[in-house]
Amino acid sequence: MSTEILTVDGLKKHFVIGYEGTINRRPIKVKAVDGINFGLQEGETFGLVGESGSGKSTIAYITVGMYQPTEGKMYFRGEDLFAGNLERPLPLRKEIQIVFQDPGSSLNPRRTIRQILELPLRIHRPKEDPLHEVMRLLDMVELPIEYMHKYPQMLSGGEKQIIAIARALATNPSLIILDEPTSALDVSVQGKVINLLLRLQRELGLTYLFITHDLSLMRNVASRVGIMYLGKICEVAEASQFFQDPQHPYTRMLLSSIPVVSEEEEAAKPEKIESTGEIPSPVNVPAGCSFHTRCPHVMDICKHVDPVMVDTSPGHMARCHLFEQPAELIAPFFVEHGDAVAQT
Amino acid sequence: MAREITAGELPAPITREQVNQLQRKNRRENLGRSWYKFSRNPLSVIGGATILVVVLMAVFAPWVAPFPEHAQPFTDFANASKPPSAQNLFGTDEIGRDILSRVIFGFRFSLMMGMIVLALVVPTGVFLGLVAGYFQGGWLDTLIMRVTDVFLAVPPLILALAIAAVLEPNLSNAMVAVSLMWWPWYTRLSYGLASTLRNEFYVSSAETLGASKFHILFHEILPNMTSPIFTKMSLDMGWVIIIGATLSFVGLGVQPPKPGLGTMMASGAKFLPDQWWIAMFPALGIVVVVLGFNLFGDGLRDLLSAEGV
Repeated sequence: MSTEILTVDGLKKHFVIGYEGTINRRPIKVKAVDGINFGLQEGETFGLVGESGSGKSTIAYITVGMYQPTEGKMYFRGEDLFAGNLERPLPLRKEIQIVFQDPGSSLNPRRTIRQILELPLRIHRPKEDPLHEVMRLLDMVELPIEYMHKYPQMLSGGEKQIIAIARALATNPSLIILDEPTSALDVSVQGKVINLLLRLQRELGLTYLFITHDLSLMRNVASRVGIMYLGKICEVAEASQFFQDPQHPYTRMLLSSIPVVSEEEEAAKPEKIESTGEIPSPVNVPAGCSFHTRCPHVMDICKHVDPVMVDTSPGHMARCHLFEQPAELIAPFFVEHGDAVAQT
Repeated sequence: MAREITAGELPAPITREQVNQLQRKNRRENLGRSWYKFSRNPLSVIGGATILVVVLMAVFAPWVAPFPEHAQPFTDFANASKPPSAQNLFGTDEIGRDILSRVIFGFRFSLMMGMIVLALVVPTGVFLGLVAGYFQGGWLDTLIMRVTDVFLAVPPLILALAIAAVLEPNLSNAMVAVSLMWWPWYTRLSYGLASTLRNEFYVSSAETLGASKFHILFHEILPNMTSPIFTKMSLDMGWVIIIGATLSFVGLGVQPPKPGLGTMMASGAKFLPDQWWIAMFPALGIVVVVLGFNLFGDGLRDLLSAEGV
């Protein structure tokens, strides 16, 4: 087994958005991330998938240090990323970089591409010649060197995103967080950016934490996939297993909602589950399993007890009462909901 | 296709000199584009031209004015209170001084007032607003913005009148008075801008890279605030000139016999409506300057907006 580059252990991030009550003032919290565990292997692409509001971007921002976690730990190659609540030291900042979703707002419109790319170089590699490095970076991402003196708004959306990728590469990182790097782009450009990312990963041995809501993209890009729902991970699996044999009802619902063109593709889908309802507000997370309001297999226990992550097969984990051991725990519900269990 | 990336060697045949050439070429192109955008708004070009003419007249007043000595203590009772004529285009005042010459010299005081006040007020106000806006929610924010609120709560002209009256009435004290009441507006403006801009992803990006606070404040945020600030400056130039003239009019600014536009209006007001030219032409002078700055401000906004730098 290869080494783990990033370890996330019981990570929580709650935002206080206001207070309720006049005498006993209690904070109203958004539980954006509510207890998450996963690990990234060196050199892999871990796809983190979820609907809007599921907390996947919050994980990205915590990883690069924009937020402090409310609870839990994060380790980069065994080193605590939030040791002592101090400013993150430069060597750690250098190793973890981020590409934001909207290239329009992640590049300063008042700074030239050269200035944008020189900033990380000046901070993290002060001994090297910044101009030379800027040219090398532009070459690496296959943009003309003349772009150096242009302003971001003179470039297309795809080119801007490529510049954002070049900026992330400038520090020579090991881990890059890709926060929906293609969702703001045209489909035609998406392919180009994805191919560039894959090539860079191959050449530079990068690890990607790829955050997206696009499941079909994950099929081609990710080596492992994690599904998030309301600040929690419901299922983690190798990409191939994930698409062939999804376990969690939410995953199946997502997979069956991918639009398809042909009959064969329709037949290849694991199971038809109508997608119902909307993701509940993270302010008012349902009690028990947070997915029970939309789950087709909902049981009584789901409304009261939050399930825990269990291995359904080696390397494949799901967080659902349907798979929980020991069986005695859910045995009483087998009787009432025998049909639901039978389906699985 | 995968390519070998070897560090230490220039990836393309391009020299440092060529890079600099490219940079110059891009700068020229950007300047050309900015001028094109500005020139598409005829009113702002008129405003800019007006300002240019007024500034040139003020700078070269001793050579432009037909009777430069009339800006000094001077009397010529034989030619007192003459209506506009070929000799005196704007007529003469009650002690025989050429009003055109005095208006041209009056521009000097008005422009000086505007420029010095803005030079004091803008850096102070913008810096305070920038810092408070970026550190929003902290004690620094509270301190700066509450002090600003106190200054904003005092009626501006009254404060200026009080200060000008306590101190000796002259132009520099009028400037101090106006500056004291003007900076909070820039603090408010840049506070609003900075507290929005700090949430932009390019600021987050610089922060996660570990850039210094100085870099973030002055290289990431401040350049994006220039458009509204410069526009406000151009409009404020007109306002400050009006306030300066008002203070002069009530005797707290430029003191006679110096030719402040407001001072001249005050002395000419006694002769309205019969000798209308004594008060009218200094007033028109103010109108022209203020209008020029207001029109110019509009074009400046288009010129500086980031979309087409």
